Amino acid sequence: MTGESVLFWVLAPLAVAAAIAMLFMKKAVHSAILLAWVMITLAIFYITLEAPFLGIVQIVVYTGAVMMLFLFILMLVGVDSSDSLVEKIKGLRTVAIFTVLGFVGALTSLIARTDNGQAPVGLGEANSGGNVQGIAELIFGDYVWAFEVISALLITAALGAMVLGHSEKSGVAKTSQRARSIARFRGKSIATAAGLPGSGVYARNNAVDLPALLPDGKPSDLSIAEVLHRRGDVQETKSYALEGLPKIDEEGNK
Amino acid sequence: MNPTNYLYLSAILFSIGAVGVVVRRNAIVVFMCIELMLNAANLAFVTFAKMNGNLEGQVIAFFTMVVAACEVVVGLAIIVTIFRSRRSASVDDASLLSR
Repeated sequence: MTGESVLFWVLAPLAVAAAIAMLFMKKAVHSAILLAWVMITLAIFYITLEAPFLGIVQIVVYTGAVMMLFLFILMLVGVDSSDSLVEKIKGLRTVAIFTVLGFVGALTSLIARTDNGQAPVGLGEANSGGNVQGIAELIFGDYVWAFEVISALLITAALGAMVLGHSEKSGVAKTSQRARSIARFRGKSIATAAGLPGSGVYARNNAVDLPALLPDGKPSDLSIAEVLHRRGDVQETKSYALEGLPKIDEEGNK
Repeated sequence: MNPTNYLYLSAILFSIGAVGVVVRRNAIVVFMCIELMLNAANLAFVTFAKMNGNLEGQVIAFFTMVVAACEVVVGLAIIVTIFRSRRSASVDDASLLSR
């Protein structure tokens, strides 16, 4: 038994076990850790397969950057957003498992039938000038066009992520205290010179997204911050009106 | 050791990833399973490179890694955008078109 086969038969079952366990983990963070382990094993396999450059890139890009990104997003959407393992479509799990078992059978029989027992050529000759140099020669030689296209793809993806992650500013211009004060006292009306009504005043609840109730039971739109209106976090204010109070007309008479 | 064993491992890992994509409901876990499938394909490419004594398999695997990185960036951005508006990262909840 060579060193390579010992390494394979120790690491490969571990990788498969980690991959299977990944499917059964309730918490996404645990799945992420198991996936990182699978990726590290694959990096070791790459190095034994005479691809040291890809092995290092696998660790740097996958277990470094991609898994870090996954963990960041997991933290962002809530670590404890555990998956409900209830199946929504009846029998989906059984069908999926049996289909994939058939797929594995087809693939393995295909591999077994194409395996003519020939010894692998090995990369001794191709790697003679160094693995990195050999890959560089191909990337910047035969595959330079694909390389350029893929770099354009990478930039486009970065731009796309920026566009998707962008959230509109509220649009309420930031003004100085002086400008706000002038607008309040020398504006069109001094009705709100004493300040806007606070949210939740005389209301049934004191949350910021509930309108204040005016003395005649009408809810006041002015009492809710402009930002909440823009974000659409406010329900229809009419539903908060109090019924059965004496109506007050414009002159203040009951 | 015969490198075909790596191909068997690759096939098994790919299939496990496929099961995960179908069975799991959390969009992030679905994405991780897609990553697993891409990794399995990469392992097959690297093994073919060794079997044929040709570095082109490794170059293709390298390109696959770049494409996978792009896919993760955009996909996770989409998940975050959906989560922002629906407060959920479950693929079952994004079913507006079926109603």
